[in-house]
Amino acid sequence: MAAVTTTEDLRLVGISKEFETFTAVHPMDLTVPGGSFFALLGPSGCGKTTTLRMVAGLEAPTSGSILIGDKDITGSKAYQRNVNTVFQSYALFPHMSVLDNVAFGLKRKGDRNAMAKAVEALDLVQLGPVAKKKPSQLSGGMQQRVALARAVVNRPDVLLLDEPLGALDLKLRRQMQIELKRIQSEVGLTFIHVTHDQEEAMTMADTIAVMNAGRVEQLGDPATLYERPASTFVANFLGQSNLIEASVTGPPSGGVVPARAHGQDVVVSAELLPAGLKDIWIGVRPEKLRLGGGGRNKMAGLVTDASFTGVATQYLVRMPWGFEVMVVQQNDGSARACVGENVTVSWDPGQEFVLDQNQAEDAGVVVDHG
Amino acid sequence: MSWIRRHLLTVAAMATLTILLVPNLVVAIYSFNKPDGRFNYELKRFSLDAWLHPCGTPGICDSLGLSLRIGLTASVVATFLGTMIAFALGRHRFRGRATTNLLIFMPMATPEVVMGSSLLALFLNIGLSTGKLAILIAHIMFCLSFVVVAVKARVASLDPRLEEAAADLGSRPVSTFVRVTLPLVAPGIAAGALLAFSLSFDDYIITNFNASPNSVTFPMYVWGASQRGTPVQINVIGTVMFLVSVAFVLGAQLVAARRAKRA
Ligand SMILES: Nc1ncnc2c1ncn2[C@@H]1O[C@H](COP(=O)(O)OP(=O)(O)OP(=O)(O)O)[C@@H](O)[C@H]1O
Ligand SMILES: [Mg+2]
Repeated sequence: MAAVTTTEDLRLVGISKEFETFTAVHPMDLTVPGGSFFALLGPSGCGKTTTLRMVAGLEAPTSGSILIGDKDITGSKAYQRNVNTVFQSYALFPHMSVLDNVAFGLKRKGDRNAMAKAVEALDLVQLGPVAKKKPSQLSGGMQQRVALARAVVNRPDVLLLDEPLGALDLKLRRQMQIELKRIQSEVGLTFIHVTHDQEEAMTMADTIAVMNAGRVEQLGDPATLYERPASTFVANFLGQSNLIEASVTGPPSGGVVPARAHGQDVVVSAELLPAGLKDIWIGVRPEKLRLGGGGRNKMAGLVTDASFTGVATQYLVRMPWGFEVMVVQQNDGSARACVGENVTVSWDPGQEFVLDQNQAEDAGVVVDHG
Repeated sequence: MSWIRRHLLTVAAMATLTILLVPNLVVAIYSFNKPDGRFNYELKRFSLDAWLHPCGTPGICDSLGLSLRIGLTASVVATFLGTMIAFALGRHRFRGRATTNLLIFMPMATPEVVMGSSLLALFLNIGLSTGKLAILIAHIMFCLSFVVVAVKARVASLDPRLEEAAADLGSRPVSTFVRVTLPLVAPGIAAGALLAFSLSFDDYIITNFNASPNSVTFPMYVWGASQRGTPVQINVIGTVMFLVSVAFVLGAQLVAARRAKRA
């Protein structure tokens, strides 16, 4: 079933949602390219579900409009929209068999082949054998796949997935991520996947929108978001970051800009420095930092912790001003450092990202969800 | 000792069941009796007379028919109204909701004698004569509360996401109600309807206040008859009612078991 449907872009224009006393989503613009795997990523309560519900038609936006292609669907009811949702809680109909659940949408549209298509969709998620069972007789992972089949079978313009993997254990989650990705490329629908798991978003999505407190902080492909975060929130929410305070000390020369960080001279790639910025955060990802003086920017520190993780070793190195940077070194045979050792930490200009210093250093720091 | 410990629960359950069932058994046994006098209080001879002529006593089948008609009408109307009230109370916030809730509970809390006499006063004041219609209105009134309570519990436990999911899958509101909401609330509605029927069929006190000579229900007939004598037919009808109820419950359980097995 390599049916490549001509999918259209989904556009949110100035969409916002206010509950009585609380603005869940501030006015935002978002374009989701047709046929793409789009992830909405953000911490709990940032408005992801609210955004999805507005797209599905289950919540009326306070302002703005929603368009699929050129068609404005803002005013249409949930049952009139060609948008389907995989709910966070599955929301399978308990009184119907798995097969009837999957055929429900097609039957409402009067599809004559509803049953045959439902069987096919169940096969797609490898649940053919349990078609006659009731949802309550299935495991969580199976119910999740039924919910997915029930939505996919309708071939919607946009498929909304609200943390569909949240309830699964790690192994099943990885398995389902691969399966989701496979189904998406097989049926060629637009997927909007909501998650607060940054790893999940990065491995699955073509484009990620990082949301924070009802706003989109940054939109981009996973690599751009990771390498060039636009805010400290994104830097900290997606992976680990070392943020070093610095101020620019001179004009660019030879592609780099001189700066001073805690009394040490460093250089910053000129093209990464936003114009006119003087007080900056220099952000370096742990795997871009090296132990030893191989890089152009060098800083001395003391190893306070070293943990061996198999493919790599993760160090914490205390800088003279008290901040501990994290360094991840591949176990590629290079010399290891031990706790208590004085080391030099270095990196080359161009490996860093530069942010405005008026942003909070700890924005978006996540407690690990496991 | 250990045998007792292991079977204590069974023994207790059996004892309880026995206590519950013995009266029914006695009623059934006496339905095969042929008493000497007018009172069916002593076992004399075995006889199928009453079973062969269940309407053999004047008035008994008329009263039974009336009770069944009132019971059916009252439970249908009360179930219909009660279900709508339960949805309104369970789903919507409106002015007077708390008051409505309280009013719904009143008939259950009010002693029957008080309710029966007040209803009579009310009916007399608005010029409605006692009789079948008055009884029917009274029955609908007190059955309503029980239906509302039974259905409201189901409505409250219904996940609103299921209806959202149905809408999301392209189901129009009416279709969602028929295919998703109603089937999930149905057990509560059925329980409410059965409860309403048995309450109506059973009621003596309230009915008695509002009855006229041409509206003698079955409970009133039995009470009235017991002043002059107890025809064996009462036991026959009692036994049949009991068997019908048991058949109902068994049937429901069979259907449920079959459904569980098939799934
Ligand atoms: N019906 C409502 N009335 C009032 N506030 C609401 C309502 N629904 C959501 N909110 C608020 O809006 C904010 C965003 O909620 P939303 O469910 O969109 O968060 P989320 O990003 O999906 O979070 P999570 O990851 O925990 O699911 C929350 O602070 C929530 O309390
Ligand atoms: Mg959510």
